[in-house]
Order: sequence, then structure tokens, then C-alpha cells
Amino acid sequence: MAALVPEVLTSTHVEKMNKKKPPKRYWEETENTDQRRPEEEQGTAVQNQNKSTVKERSLKRKNGESLEKKDPFSGEAPIPHKQLQKFQRGEKYKVPAGARQRLKEAIISSEAMSELAQKQAARYDLLLPEDAGFLEGDEDEDTNTISQDDIADAADITSGSKYFNLHLSQFGPYRLDYGRTGRHLLVGGKKGHVACIDWQSKDLMCEMNVMETVNDVKWLHTEAMFAVAQKRWLYIYDSKGLELHCVKKFNDVLRMQFLPYHFLLATASATGFLQYLDVSVGKEIAAICTKMGRLDVMSQNPHNAVIHLGHPNGTISLWSPNQKEPLVKILCHRGAVRSLTVDKTGTYMVTSGLDRKLKVYDIRAFKPLHSCFLPAGASCLSLSQRGLLSAATGDIVQVYQNVLGSSPVSKPYMAHRLQGQIWGLAYCPFEDVLGIGHGEGFTSMIVPGAGEPNFDALDTNPFRSSKQRQEWEVKALLEKVQPELIGLDPGQLSKVDQASFEQRHKEHVEALGFDPLAKDKFKPKTKKKGRSSAGAIEKRKRKVAHEDQRDKIRQTVQERTERDKEQKEKSNEKKNLGNKSTLDRFRK
Amino acid sequence: MVKPSSLQKTLSKGVKLTSAMAVESGDEDDLSINEQAISASEDEEGSDDERKHKKLLEAISSMGGRKRKKQSERSEASVQVSEFFVNAEGTGEKVNISDLLGTVEKTSGAANKTKKQLRNLQNSKGTLALPLNKQQTEKIQRGIAYEKTTKEVSCWQNIIVQNQKAEQIVFPLNQESLGPKQVEQVVAGWKAQTPLEQEIFRLLHSNSHPVNDPVLTPVEEASLKAMSLEEAKIRRAELQKTRALQSYYEAKAKREKNIKSKKYHKIQKKGKRKEFLKQFEEMVKTNPEGALEELKKMELSRMEERMSLKHQNSGKWAKSKAIMAKYDDSARKAMQEQLQMNKDLTQKIVVPSDDEHESNEEGLETVPDFVNDPEPIIDPVNPWMRVQLTHEEPEVSCVTTDEPQTAEQENEEEELIGEFERKRKLRQADEEDLIPTEEQKPESEVVEEDVVEVSDKEEEEEEEDEEEEDVSEFNTLFRLMRNEKTLEEDEEGLLNEGQIRVRNIEDLEILDEDVDPQPIVDHGEQISIIKEAFAGDDVISDFIKDKRKQEAAGKPKVVDLTLPGWGEWGGVGLKPSRWKRKRFRIKMASSPPRQDRKLPDTIISENRNTSIASHQVSQLPFPFQNTAQFESCIRTPIGQTWNTQGVVKKMTKPKVITKLGAIIAPMVKEDFINKTTTSAGKGPAIMLGENKRANKGREWSSAKHQGRRGSQKRKKQQT
Repeated sequence: MAALVPEVLTSTHVEKMNKKKPPKRYWEETENTDQRRPEEEQGTAVQNQNKSTVKERSLKRKNGESLEKKDPFSGEAPIPHKQLQKFQRGEKYKVPAGARQRLKEAIISSEAMSELAQKQAARYDLLLPEDAGFLEGDEDEDTNTISQDDIADAADITSGSKYFNLHLSQFGPYRLDYGRTGRHLLVGGKKGHVACIDWQSKDLMCEMNVMETVNDVKWLHTEAMFAVAQKRWLYIYDSKGLELHCVKKFNDVLRMQFLPYHFLLATASATGFLQYLDVSVGKEIAAICTKMGRLDVMSQNPHNAVIHLGHPNGTISLWSPNQKEPLVKILCHRGAVRSLTVDKTGTYMVTSGLDRKLKVYDIRAFKPLHSCFLPAGASCLSLSQRGLLSAATGDIVQVYQNVLGSSPVSKPYMAHRLQGQIWGLAYCPFEDVLGIGHGEGFTSMIVPGAGEPNFDALDTNPFRSSKQRQEWEVKALLEKVQPELIGLDPGQLSKVDQASFEQRHKEHVEALGFDPLAKDKFKPKTKKKGRSSAGAIEKRKRKVAHEDQRDKIRQTVQERTERDKEQKEKSNEKKNLGNKSTLDRFRK
Repeated sequence: MVKPSSLQKTLSKGVKLTSAMAVESGDEDDLSINEQAISASEDEEGSDDERKHKKLLEAISSMGGRKRKKQSERSEASVQVSEFFVNAEGTGEKVNISDLLGTVEKTSGAANKTKKQLRNLQNSKGTLALPLNKQQTEKIQRGIAYEKTTKEVSCWQNIIVQNQKAEQIVFPLNQESLGPKQVEQVVAGWKAQTPLEQEIFRLLHSNSHPVNDPVLTPVEEASLKAMSLEEAKIRRAELQKTRALQSYYEAKAKREKNIKSKKYHKIQKKGKRKEFLKQFEEMVKTNPEGALEELKKMELSRMEERMSLKHQNSGKWAKSKAIMAKYDDSARKAMQEQLQMNKDLTQKIVVPSDDEHESNEEGLETVPDFVNDPEPIIDPVNPWMRVQLTHEEPEVSCVTTDEPQTAEQENEEEELIGEFERKRKLRQADEEDLIPTEEQKPESEVVEEDVVEVSDKEEEEEEEDEEEEDVSEFNTLFRLMRNEKTLEEDEEGLLNEGQIRVRNIEDLEILDEDVDPQPIVDHGEQISIIKEAFAGDDVISDFIKDKRKQEAAGKPKVVDLTLPGWGEWGGVGLKPSRWKRKRFRIKMASSPPRQDRKLPDTIISENRNTSIASHQVSQLPFPFQNTAQFESCIRTPIGQTWNTQGVVKKMTKPKVITKLGAIIAPMVKEDFINKTTTSAGKGPAIMLGENKRANKGREWSSAKHQGRRGSQKRKKQQT
């Protein structure tokens, strides 16, 4: 396998090992697996062998000579260990010694099923044939000196056409958003220009001027709808530019995030409110007053749908719609937080602040991994699907590679200078493209190795037809995740609730506003002929008062009497046995 | 003295005993008793048992050919017989067997067997045990019955467990396989009943005829099945294809029929003609005979055309069109087309093998066709002239006639585009005039080579937004702070985990800037400004305070139940005494340690997420003993998003499937017993006529038969 990698590669100065992977060949895998087989698949392999030997023997016995041809590839096709590991979910649970039959069966069957699922998934991994792209300079050439024009010239026509500029100098700096499939681009100029484009075919879907300040633009679940945070309210338009809703509950919105699996549009406003809008039913799910001032830094964790907010006091807070206080608050910077982004797996968070630092956090442990100093500071950050970090420093966009590792980076992978200040950065999903919104319009920049090469056609299919989109929409709505399930740990649902009954009851009462188990208060009947006088009523009440306590008291009294009795008996026995005095003989 | 009554008693006791024994011995005796009862009921429908018995005895005795024995009258052995009292004489005395024997031997009527029995009794010394009392016998009987039923029921145990454990059960349980059945399978349930059938089967068996052999070997069967399936598939596919093709064709024909566009039909015809020509050319090469025939056909059509006045602008329609043609372009075109058609049809067919002079002749022949044409008009603007032009070159097909039009259209388009461009240029010029503020971008920034240059286009100077200004301001402040106060860096130790300076273009820029002495005017002043700016921004201490507050809120509080004045003096300035505080201040249990106790710059909320609790499992389900077991069992998701299709189907397989509309009959014992035997592979190949069940049935019936016979015997003995 090593021989297949050309030696020239190893001598280049760019981080070649990670970049260039030779295409997979079937013989490599088989070699690998053959080597590993004795260790990994001992069980099955050995079993297979045993079976075959037994067969052979029996045949020999019968005919005196082996007639059977030996299958050179006997048994199931082996699965490489790496792929298997990729699809492993949790650790295998062994049947405890002395377990009951039913338990044993349950565990064994579930383990078998999960193993089957893992194996099948690993097998089907074969159907992801695309590899990620990469950029590689000559000797003594930094990749960040390669200009976009050169790349566009060198690449094939379709890839080259992905580098383009839209000169829109009139309506100020642009915010942008790519749809989930990566085909549709939404740009919103500060001065009211909103346009949505099928950027690959350069087909303009709609273009308009909302005649108001536009703070942010966001696609909703499909390319049929998008939200625009305007000067006062939040507006929702369809792809033709028709105004569908003006949501007046959401005012002064500065930033928005859309949680695709929950159908939630999260907005952060200038008044310090974090609000959640369920776009499937059009209801406000939660409105949280963060009490942190103006919220103009926002990001979402795609792993667990938690919203990250950056604040002027250098902290970053994590929010879910279910809690009125931040789940976590981290002090990241000495100055205000300027931008933050979270990677696809929800493991890393990258932040930049006014103290001109770039920090990488492990947000599972809330620990900083490393930080570096950017002389101009980063005003915008964005992480690609494959972990390339782009940072807008002044009018230059820098792209860093291997930021998410434990070692800090020293120089950028790519750089691109633009005119005017950068206002929005976003990677296009499933494409090696970085969209940059700036003062002079929009630039689509080619960043080799940025996008995930394989897409899930049932989830986000860039080539889907309108019919497929409709079908997907229905399915997605059916599989919509409820907002109650948002929390730091997305696997919480699969765990047993360990809280005690009292605690749960208390929470239940709090949620309901009354105690469903509480007894009605005793109300004495009104009786006639003077029997319903105040005193009589009081007497009757006293009869049933403290019923539960009475029960307890009765029980304890009974227990005590019994205990006393026993003790007495014991003492009597003792007396009878031990304390025989001389006078006892006179007793009758 | 002999007392026959007592004898009877003993006998009846003996019978009773045997009947009790019968229960133990099993089926046969039971059956025999039953048989007895049945036979009795069959014989007579009398009321009294004894009388019946007597009659029976009489009948039996009469059957015997010997002389009739006189029935000995039974009488009470007492001296005085009175109807008013029963004589109880001799009650205290015991009956000796010897007494009985003596009398029996004297009497000739007694059976030999009874004599024997009596003799045996006499020989045996031991006394008979008392029969068990009713309760005990019933208990024993119950016990036996219980055992029997448990044995009977326990054979179901296996199948029940098996079904409980099965991942999936499909009801009805024994579904018959679809498709044709073999004769043996059909006949399996049928058995030979009539003597003729039996005879035949006996013969077959004795001749060792291959009755047991199935008609087809399993391999053959399998191949047959496969063949049939494949064939069926192929046939189905064919059928589908033909059906689809038919439907397509029909749809197409219908659609084309509905098309009213003349142009379409024209094009269609043209296409057909072209194709035909092509084919014809090929035919000439490959199949000259066919080509000849085609030629003849064409000739015929030409003749017809020449004979008729069709397409000669002489019809009613053509005349009306001629009137319109002056004003209407389309009418003109239509007329032209008709003429063209005429031209084409009357044109003599060129056979490539023909000589040149023939073609010349042809040219001559075409001349008279001009007669049919409208008279040429001298006016050059007149569209009719165009017709003439086409006439001059008759080889040109319809496409060429269309060409000038399209060319015209193109010209128009070009004109339009040109106009647009002109307008656009004008507009641009205007704009350029309006915006005089354009200027070249200063090149001063482009010091470094490694910056990717953007194309050198004109650029507007951009007014910076407020925030960006702020940012730049902050940046300069920070830079100053870095220069001046290195002390602050120590404080930052809390936040910074290894600073690394990024070495890149911007660094160079900043270095350049740093070298420039201009920004630093007066250090003292600026530092004071910075301090002002960051007066309220002591971020770290604020955060620490916040964290302390949170921690304090999370800690359990001491509940103070002291009441002032109870047990001592109360009033302003008086504190409750120590013992009282100790007695009435309740300390709560300490809460578990905070999650963020080791993270100084993080506050993690300790609130429980109650919203998810309602969706969680709160009680451990049955077979699991701890949560780890349960959680590991549900750790694999079953959704389509995470699994392959096959696995999803397997995981979400329903436990029970019922066939729609099928009757689900209760399980029959034979079904699963048979199944187990056949599954074990011990069952023989199909036996014609007699299957296992039938065999069993016969055995059973024969046993029954024997039982009946046995019981009859016993009856005889009793009599």
C-alpha cells in the first residue's frame, strides 16, 4: 500500500499526507483485511475454517480422496476494521454471569441486531465513492499564494465557473446563506437588496429591494421559503419574492439560525431576546430574555441544536429553548466576542474576539484546545463540512487547515483579498466553495477540500427534483424532532430517567400548575334541624382530619405494642430460665 | 347356613374392586365399561336393571342346547318370613368359606369358575384389605387424572415456548404452498376404505410397485419450479412490454391526430419523405427489385397528379386564397406550397443509373409545368416573384424555401440586439458622466507579493460602518496596550493557553505599521483613555462574581426555624441562644459536586432538563436488571436515517402477521407433531393411500375393538 503512494508527494512541503490520498483500490483493502483477519475476525474465520475442515474430512472418509474444490474466498467478504469502527455505536454489552434466561435472550438478540446493523452500514460504505479535493503547491510554494484565477484556470470548466464575483456595490455589505442542499444562495444587502440565486446555473430566482435595512437572511427548510430580518420585524418570503409573513412578535432581529431537524428558526435580537419560531406550525416556541445586551453573534451546534451566543463581555453562552438560563457560559475572550462557529460534529467551537485572538474549544469538555493571535482579528468565521476554517481578517479571507487538531496552525492554507469589508462568510455544503459577502457584492471562492464529497440523497440531495423535494418535505415534517428534546446531550432520550418519584412528581406539579394526586378537601354536608351548626361541622371535620397521619400513627402504635409484647415475653422467659431464686420453690 | 345374599355381596364387592382397578389399568377397561353400558342400552329400553339382567340370563341359557335348568328361586333364609319385619337371625355369625364351598359343590348350576375362585379363597390365608373409603379413592383418582392430563397438555409446551420465542409468526400457521400440487400430496389424506380398494393396495404393495417413489426427484422439482418461474417472468415482461408499446402507440396516434398545426404536419411529411428517399437510395443498392416497385408507385402517383387538377391553384379554396394573397402573407405562402407540391409530384424521378440526356429530357418535360403557375408579375417587391425563384431551382427542398424567412428573422433579432447595445452604451456613458468620484485604488497596500491580487478594476471608496470603526479603534487601543503594559499579560494567563503568533501577510503589515512612529503621540494620555474605555470591562472579575453567585444559589440553604421569644426573652437586638440555634436550624444534605468545579472559566447550569423527562423511560422494563443493560439494548437506532434498508426491515419486523381474510383455526395437535417429525427428517417419503395418521387411527380403532371384545368376555363371566 505504501508503495502506491508516489514518493514525490512525501517531499513536498505542503501537508501532503493528509491531502493526497490515492484512490482506493479493491486489492488494497483485501490485502489489509487479510493481514488483520487473524486478529479481528478470529471468531468467524476460525469457525468457517473449522466447518470446512470437517466437511473435507467427511468427504475424504467417504471417497478416500478430497473431491471438493476449495473456495479461495470462503465465507463472507471481510469488512475492514476502520469502517466497522466508523459505524460502531457504543460498546458491546456482555451477558452477565448468572443472568436469567429472558435477560440473556434479550441482550443476545439486541447485540446481534446492532452488530448486523453495524456490519451492513460498513458494507454500504462502499457506495460513497467520492473523494475530497485538495490543493497542492509546487516545491517551495505556499498554497496561500495561489490565486483564485489560477485555480479557476487550472480546474475543469464546471469547477472553474464556481469562482465568480457579483459586483453589487450599491446596496452595501452583503450577508449570505446557502440552502441545505448547497444549490441555492441567498444574499441580503444591508441596504435592502435581497436576491436568491441558483448559483450553479446562475439562475436568478428572485430579486427585490425590501426598502429597509436587512440585518440577516436565512433559508428555511426548503428553497421555497426564506426569512429576512429587517429593520423592525422578521419577514418570510417565498422563492418568488412574495411576502408570506411579517412576524411582528420578532422585532429588531440581528441574527438568525435555522435548526433544520426541529423546523425552528432561532433569532437573536438587539433587545437581548432569543426567540424560537416553529416554522412548521408558525408558533413561537420560546422567548428567552438573555439579559446580555445586544446579540449580534450567533451560531448553532449542528450536533445537538444548541444555540451559541457571543456577548460583548467576552462570554459565550449556550441556549436551548427549554431553559430560561444559559446551559453553559464560557469566558472566552477579554474583549467582546466578534464571531464564533461550531463544527459539524459538535466537538469543536472556534471563536474570535476583539482581543484579536482565535480560540478553539472542545465543547464536550468546555476546555480550550489552543489559541492563536491574529493581528487584525477575525470579524467572521466559518467552518466547512470537512473542517476548514475560514476567517475574515479585514478585507482578506484566510482559510486554515487542520485547525481542529490539538496543535495550533501557523499559516493559512489559502488567502484571498477582496474589496471592501467582509460581512458574511459561509461554506457551500457539498461543494468546494466559500461564499463571501462583502461591501462590493458577493464572491464565490474555490476552496479545494472544503465540502463533503458524498451527500445523503434522502436528506440533502443537491440534484433533487421538485417532486422529490415535496416528498422529502413531507417525510421531514413527519420526522420532525420536538423542541423539548433539545439539550446538551442529544443521546439523553435513550437513557433511563434516574430521578426519584418525588422529584418527578414535583416537576410534574410545576409543569401542570396543580397537583393531580392531591385529595379534595373534605366538605361536610349541610344537615338540617340544627345539626349543621358551626360546632357540629367542626366536629365532623375533625373526624376525618389528618386521615393519612392517623393511619401512620395507628401503624406505629401497633408495631410498638407488638414489640413491647415480644420484649415482655422474652424478659419473662429470661426470668424463668435465669432468675430462679430459692424462694421459687414455694411458688405454686 | 348358606346365605346367598351374602355371597352376592362378596361378589359384587369383587366387581367393585375390579372396577376400581380398571381405572388404574387404563383405557381399555374404561372403554369396556362403556361398551357394556352401550350394549345394555341397545338391547332393551326397560326400566329395571335386574329384570333386564334376568331376561338376558334367560336368553343365554335358552341358547345353550342343553336341557333347561330350572332357575333356583332366591329366598330369604329364615324360618319365619313376614312382611312386617326382617328377621335378623344369625347376624352375629360369620360365614365360612367352607360353608359356601359345600353348598356350591352340591349345586350343579354354579359355574366352575366361581368354584375355583372360592377354592382359591379358601386356600389363601390373608384376609382381604378393606376397600378404601370414598374420599381416598377419589383423591387417588384425581391424582391419576391430573397426571394424565398434564402428560397430555405438556406435549403442547414445546410448541408454545417455540412460538413465544419466535421472532415472527405468520397466521394461519400451516399455509399451503401455492402452485400446482402433486397427486401424492393430494391423495395423502385419503385412505383405502372399501374392500376393493384395500385389495388393490395390497396387490400393489405385494408387487413392490414403486408406490413410495415420488414422481419427481426434488432436484427435478426444483428445476421445474425455477423454469416455470423464469418462463412466467419472461412472459410477463413480454406482455408488459407489448402492452406498454401499444398504449404508447395509441397515445401517440391520438395526440398526433389532435394536432391541428399545418406546419407540424408539413414538417412531418417532409421528414417522412426524406426518410423515404434515404431508404429508397439504400434500396437501390441492396434491393433493386423493391426499388423498382417503389419507382413504379412513384410513377403512378406522378401520373395521377398530372391527370388531376389537384394542387394547381384552380380549386375553390385556391381561388379564395388568390384573392386574399394580395394582403395576407399566410395565404400567399399556402398557395406557394400547393404549387410546390405539384412541382414535386409531377417532377420526373431521377434514377441515378440514367444517362444525362434523360435528365435533359426531364428538364424539358418540366417546362410545361410552368403553365400551371400563376402569371409572373414584374413588380420586384411582389412576393410572387419568390415563387419564380424557387421554380428556377426545383431541386431545392422545402427547407431552402424556409431559409430566407429565418434569415430575415435573424436579421431582425440582430438589429434588436444592436439597438439594445447602443442604448446600453449610451446609458453607461451617462452614468459615467454622473459619477465623477471614481478613482484608482491606491497601490500602497500591495507591498507584499504573496497576497492574492484581485483583478484591477475600478473601485469605489467605501464608507465604513460604525461597528467597523469601533473595531479598528479597539485594535489600535489593543496594540498600544500590548506595547505599554506587558503586566496585563500575566492576568490573561487564566484565558490564554499558549499563544502562537500567526506568521502571515498581515503580520508583515502590522510590523510595517509598528515601525511607523506616527500613531503613538502621547502614551500617558492614551493609556488613560484606554483605562476609561475598559473601566466597566473587568471581564474576568465580573465572570468570577457571576460564577460565585451561581454556586451560592446552587448550595442547599440552612432552614432556620427559630422563633424569637420562645423559651427566652425576645426583642430588638437580642439573638436566640446557641442551643436554640442548634436545635432549630436544620442543615440540608449537601448537593453533589458541580460539574464546572474544575473549569474556572465555565459556568454549567445544574438545572435538570425537565422537558425531556416526560419522553424518557422512567422505570426499568422487565427482563433488565440495571440501566446499563437496558441502555445498551436500545443504543442502536432503528430508523432509516441510520441504517440500511434491509436492516430496518429486519428490525421493525412485526411479531405477528395475519393473512388478510384467512380463517385462523386453532392449532391442531397433529399439525405440529407431524411438523416435528418431518422436520427431523425421519418421516418416510409419501406413502400412497396410507399415511402415518391413518395408520395410527387404525391401530387405535383396533385397540378399541379389542377392548370391546374383552369387555364382552368379562360380561359373560359375570353372568
